[in-house]
Amino acid sequence: MRLPCPICGERDRREFYYQGAAVALHRPAPDADADAWQDFVYLRENLPGDHEELWSHDAGCGAWLVVTRNTVTHAILGAKLASEVAR
Amino acid sequence: MGFDRLIKGFSGLRVLKEGLTGNTGWTAHWRDPDPKPEYDIIIIGGGGHGLATAHYLASQHGITNVAVLEKGYLGGGNVGRNTTIVRANYMLPGNSEFYSHSLKLWEGLENDLNYNVMHSQRGIINLFHSDGQRDAFARRGNQMIAQGDDAILLDRAGVQRLLPYLDFDQTRFPIYGGLYHKRGGTARHDAVAWGFARGADSRGVDLIQQCEVTGIDIENGAVRGVQTTRGAIRAKKVGMVVAGRSSQVAAMAGMRLPIESHVLQAFVTEGLKPCIDHVVTYGMGHFYISQSDKGGLVFGGDLDLYSSYASRGNLPTAEHVVEAAMTLMPVIGKAKMLRSWGGIMDMTPDGSPVIDRTHIDGLYVNCGWCYGGFKATPASGHTFAHLLATDTPHPVAAKLRLDRFRTGRGILDEEATGSQHNLH
Amino acid sequence: MRVAGKGHIDRNSTVHFRFDGIEYQGHDGDTVASALLANGVRLMGRSFKYHRPRGVLTAGSEEPNALMTVGVGAGREPNVRATVQEIYEGLEVRSQNAFPALNFDLLAVNDLAAPFLSAGFYYKTFMWPRAFWEKLYEPAIRRAAGLGALSGQADQDRYEKAYAFCDLLVIGAGPAGLMAALVAARSGADVILADEDARMGGRLLAETEAVDGLAGADWAAEVVAELAGMDNVRLMPRTTVTGAYDQGTYGALERVSHHIARPDGRLPRETFWRIVAQRSILAAGALERPIAFQNNDRPGIMTAGAVRAYLNRWGVAPGKAVTVFANNDAAHRTALDLIDAGVHVTAVLDSRTDALAQGDYRLIRGAQVCNSTGRTGLDAITYRTTSGQEKLATDCLAMSGGWNPTVHMTCHMNGRPTWDEGIASFVPTAGSIPGMTVAGAALGVFSVQGCLASGADAARTVLKELGQSVADVEIPVADDAAYAISPLWAVAGKGRAWLDFQNDVTVKDVKQAATENFRSVEHMKRYTTQGMATDQGKNSNVAALAVLADATGRGIPETGTTTFRPPYTPVPLAALGAGSRGKGFAPERHTTSHAASVAMGAPMIEAGLWYRPSYFPRKGESNWRQSCDREVGFVRNTVGVCDVSTLGKIDIQGPDAARLLDFAYTNMFSTLKVGRVRYGLMLREDGFVMDDGTTARLGETHYVMTTTTAAAGQVMRHLEFITQVHHPEWDVRIMSVTEQWAQFAIAGPKSRDLVNGLVESPIDNESWPFMACGPVRVAGIDARLFRISFSGEHAYELAVPARYGDALFRVLVKRAEALAGGAYGMEALNVLRVEKGHITHSEIHGRTTAFDIGMERMISANKDCIGKTMAARDGLLEDDREQMVGFKPAGAIKKLTAGAHLYSEGAEAVPENDQGYVTSAAFSPDFGHYIALGFVRGGAARHGDRLRLVDAMRGIDTVVEVCPPVFIDPEGGRLRG
Repeated sequence: MRLPCPICGERDRREFYYQGAAVALHRPAPDADADAWQDFVYLRENLPGDHEELWSHDAGCGAWLVVTRNTVTHAILGAKLASEVAR
Repeated sequence: MGFDRLIKGFSGLRVLKEGLTGNTGWTAHWRDPDPKPEYDIIIIGGGGHGLATAHYLASQHGITNVAVLEKGYLGGGNVGRNTTIVRANYMLPGNSEFYSHSLKLWEGLENDLNYNVMHSQRGIINLFHSDGQRDAFARRGNQMIAQGDDAILLDRAGVQRLLPYLDFDQTRFPIYGGLYHKRGGTARHDAVAWGFARGADSRGVDLIQQCEVTGIDIENGAVRGVQTTRGAIRAKKVGMVVAGRSSQVAAMAGMRLPIESHVLQAFVTEGLKPCIDHVVTYGMGHFYISQSDKGGLVFGGDLDLYSSYASRGNLPTAEHVVEAAMTLMPVIGKAKMLRSWGGIMDMTPDGSPVIDRTHIDGLYVNCGWCYGGFKATPASGHTFAHLLATDTPHPVAAKLRLDRFRTGRGILDEEATGSQHNLH
Repeated sequence: MRVAGKGHIDRNSTVHFRFDGIEYQGHDGDTVASALLANGVRLMGRSFKYHRPRGVLTAGSEEPNALMTVGVGAGREPNVRATVQEIYEGLEVRSQNAFPALNFDLLAVNDLAAPFLSAGFYYKTFMWPRAFWEKLYEPAIRRAAGLGALSGQADQDRYEKAYAFCDLLVIGAGPAGLMAALVAARSGADVILADEDARMGGRLLAETEAVDGLAGADWAAEVVAELAGMDNVRLMPRTTVTGAYDQGTYGALERVSHHIARPDGRLPRETFWRIVAQRSILAAGALERPIAFQNNDRPGIMTAGAVRAYLNRWGVAPGKAVTVFANNDAAHRTALDLIDAGVHVTAVLDSRTDALAQGDYRLIRGAQVCNSTGRTGLDAITYRTTSGQEKLATDCLAMSGGWNPTVHMTCHMNGRPTWDEGIASFVPTAGSIPGMTVAGAALGVFSVQGCLASGADAARTVLKELGQSVADVEIPVADDAAYAISPLWAVAGKGRAWLDFQNDVTVKDVKQAATENFRSVEHMKRYTTQGMATDQGKNSNVAALAVLADATGRGIPETGTTTFRPPYTPVPLAALGAGSRGKGFAPERHTTSHAASVAMGAPMIEAGLWYRPSYFPRKGESNWRQSCDREVGFVRNTVGVCDVSTLGKIDIQGPDAARLLDFAYTNMFSTLKVGRVRYGLMLREDGFVMDDGTTARLGETHYVMTTTTAAAGQVMRHLEFITQVHHPEWDVRIMSVTEQWAQFAIAGPKSRDLVNGLVESPIDNESWPFMACGPVRVAGIDARLFRISFSGEHAYELAVPARYGDALFRVLVKRAEALAGGAYGMEALNVLRVEKGHITHSEIHGRTTAFDIGMERMISANKDCIGKTMAARDGLLEDDREQMVGFKPAGAIKKLTAGAHLYSEGAEAVPENDQGYVTSAAFSPDFGHYIALGFVRGGAARHGDRLRLVDAMRGIDTVVEVCPPVFIDPEGGRLRG
């Protein structure tokens, strides 16, 4: 598997760390209700198909990426810097 | 053993008789019935856990108006693609009593099912490589003993006596010792599914293959039945037992689960004369190995670590697993990897499963087995059948609750890696 | 025996090798199989289950029968295909799975017991009595099973792994692959051409068909020579592409020195390649399939293509009187080639009633072979026509049930092949592997001309996709005969007809599986073990599927296929794990004091990837405890020095540095004064403790954070996550500086004396109080001094750029020794911190909260932080959670051990009574007894309680008293001294 880092170009999967669904981009307010926090930390949509997820280019530039990847075919549809998506 | 079982069931005598008469007397292991319009209980998923649930519903609770709906073929999921390890060496209360119960069921399974699942208690040795790991394994071993199971803390010499072929001199992380669980071992995975299927079918359960559930009918907060590729089927109780696909099926009931699906690879070598007698696990990288009765070295390691429904993996994990093998036991260097495969794992945020009711009346969930579901098969079926039949959790599965993440109460984080699904 | 004038072997050479101890001769270019056949040896192996005598079935890597053990000693390799292993001078080969000898195998008794060993028999028996399974039945099964044996010694050979990158990977160098590579290479593309054979050319080497008027093999040699001369081409012979993976990654195994008698010591045995290709062309050819009939497994019965390969490539006639049995035209070439070479052909038996003779040989139409005889080698067959049965004496049967395109790799990413009625076989489904195009026989194109054109077409397509220009390459003229076949899978009749030769799966077994309702192809496979042998069903899956389809009244496409998985051919673990033997598994990290510590005799122990000194032994000390106790004494009484550089150090700078720390830590860092250090606790977002450490404020916008050794990487990634994902708007930069700074703890009542002997401006308690930090100069170097303590003593940590670490450590140790102290190691460090009740990852092990470790007040009420909300869940704040406490011995046994469980005094040691567990234990020289830390249900309120401590693992059952976790100096007077 190879991932397209927007900074470094296409690199082997070995250089990256996978964290999980990009739901982590949307941190609830500290006083949001228990549902919101449970959704954020634990529950996942997790349906087969295109999936937005967070990877870190650990052994490269250190950038956190939002990668769109199909979980059935592993085809990669795009990768953006998380810092730009989050802004 | 009853006389009836001797001549009509499976036995050495029967094999002898059939052999002498041209093997013409064997009959179907199970029927292929068409679905009825209504059942008392529908079990979605004809994998190991679903079939075990059906078997115990029939044999323990006398409930036989049951259908198991399987979208592919029986036992085609993770029960047929795993490294076949059976053990009861958990540390945390909640898991500990559950797997202890499961191992006891394993020990009587062949007699219960009249099927040789080749459960082989060849012993498991979890190696450790530091003082800190030794203490953690001691804590685990003490829990196992308190639970009534077996555990021995081996020192380095003790490991050397049992596993002389490990690299004790050059390996990167020296072997300090191992936790030896003698009653741990392996079983023939497919036979487990087939034995439970035969047990359920012979008691009247309908095992319906090539029948995919496409919807779950819910009215006023209560389940009414399911829609399938073979038509609608009514039932007041529906159990979802579809590890690997739990999120998809739960979504049909409008639920989101604490699960991310991941691929776990496993590997087998060409057949070799016996060289590894035990199940051995490495403590400084994910690697575990045993040798099958056919002679293949069966081994595995960590997840590929990215979310996937592809039931296949990539090279980095495969290579890492084999690298761990080579630093630990270079004696197997000239064994050749014959086949690799991948299974889809329900990864939960604490690495432990869920056997529970849902907020929908009559809808029950059995999911989240991460990559430890095989050894749980009998207990998972046994306790889920209990829950379906009685509407109360079985005592040994009472802590496997769905709401533990919301409340924070009784989180069962055996690996202690926190809420990131793929780290368990 | 050899045939004059045939074959691509060097007849001038003589190569001696031994098989089962007997010496034979062959030539350069021979495989073990061809050389043995040339010597008249037909019996080469035994089958897996029935131990039936077997000879070669094929001439390639798909061989199921002729598996052998090559080499001796630690270099011995089991399960080597005799059809692939090239011979070399002195080669030692042994047969396997036979005892006492290949031609007299005691376990052949299994063959007589075959009626009782039918499909799935073991699931139905061996259940009684239960205890006999592990003790009797299973060991017997295990001994009988398996193929070859490992040497039992550690593998000592060299292996390598490598990466390669290209525009186009061509898999297979037969007519299609060569043509594809030629077109792409002449067009300027960066090409890798890989073929599993030692010699490129594929079937052209095994057939007599001409290309452009040249012998096929000569044409291939010309193309290979041209490709070899081009800079943009890498030829990889003896290289099997083993698997297709995501984004154009392929695994490949190169057998670098299997064929060399005494390889150069630097040469690896194998190299495992990761090839990244923009595009690939699969031109892996096709595999011929046997026909199932009674006793179709005797030595001397092989595929027709194998007979032609032995004849045309190796100049060997596999028999004196050869019979051909086929259902297709292509196999008739076998008779023509044999006759041309002067080998007697008894007859061509064609199952088709309308078959046409292609030359002057005896053709029997509508004939089916229905049995064979010959104990260890074929001596006759029986065939059946409408006019009855005839027996025919023959010592070699060349059978052909047609050809299966090599679709395997197209299934590696879950693609399913498509049934092609025209060739009665599966062909690849387009698009199964992104970026892969299939060409030639692998696509079901079976004429040479067709393969050449198909290969060129594929290359043109790929080049266009890559946006490259296409060179004009003329397609050579070659044979273009149509492929005419009429399916014949299994000859009807009694007895056992083999499908899977190695695993001894017969037509009967498949039918029995269907009877027992194992109708799904996956069920049949798993119940009978069909296709699970070392060839992974390459020779048998399609026929078995056809038999199952027939038995269940379905068509082949409806019956389905099993999934081919990587690797295409088996890969030695030593190659896949190359480089990791011994210390190679993981990097070794050494601190700057490593050499000095080793010189002082310290045993170095692993701490993650680091090595740290366990203790520093001195003369007269006979065990580690003596050294440890002495080193603890240094710190408590004089001064000790310890390298703490392995702790993670993260430099944090920018206007928003304080905001980052306030958000990452539970407690406040924005209020920390410049020149001060604060202890911080960090949670995971799920509310459990992630890590702890001290962070120093070096300037208004400049902090240095320390993490634990274990969590350094995790914390760094976590901070990156906060700054990039949660708060990209913050102006702050972070950088790991763990390896840039060497840092040493100087601890003990005389620590300031030691420091003042080094720094240019002396310090005192006023200028440098507890938790002060700042720049100092040491021997002309800019350094950092932190007054922090893990031991509970008056202590400092002194940090210098790493290049000065070695020198500084030596100076510190020398000066400490002058003050009656010295270096201390991990053992003493641990005792000191347990005495002080300081936590490590033994306590913050991932399941504990701030509440559990008594630090809930460190979660600031005045701000948000990671983990704060989830840490406040009701279930995590209940009084009966296990909370951290200390323990003192209070029973007869005074030893306390980590990992022990705690129960109420006098209670039974069962889970229902469990009160907690011990996380850390140490013998305290200061108190003269063991002390421990751990967790007890509701522990904060239970100081003074007595509990039963049970460590069944170490045979300890005693009583302890619960106490506060800080044993030494709870008021902190020593810290501030």
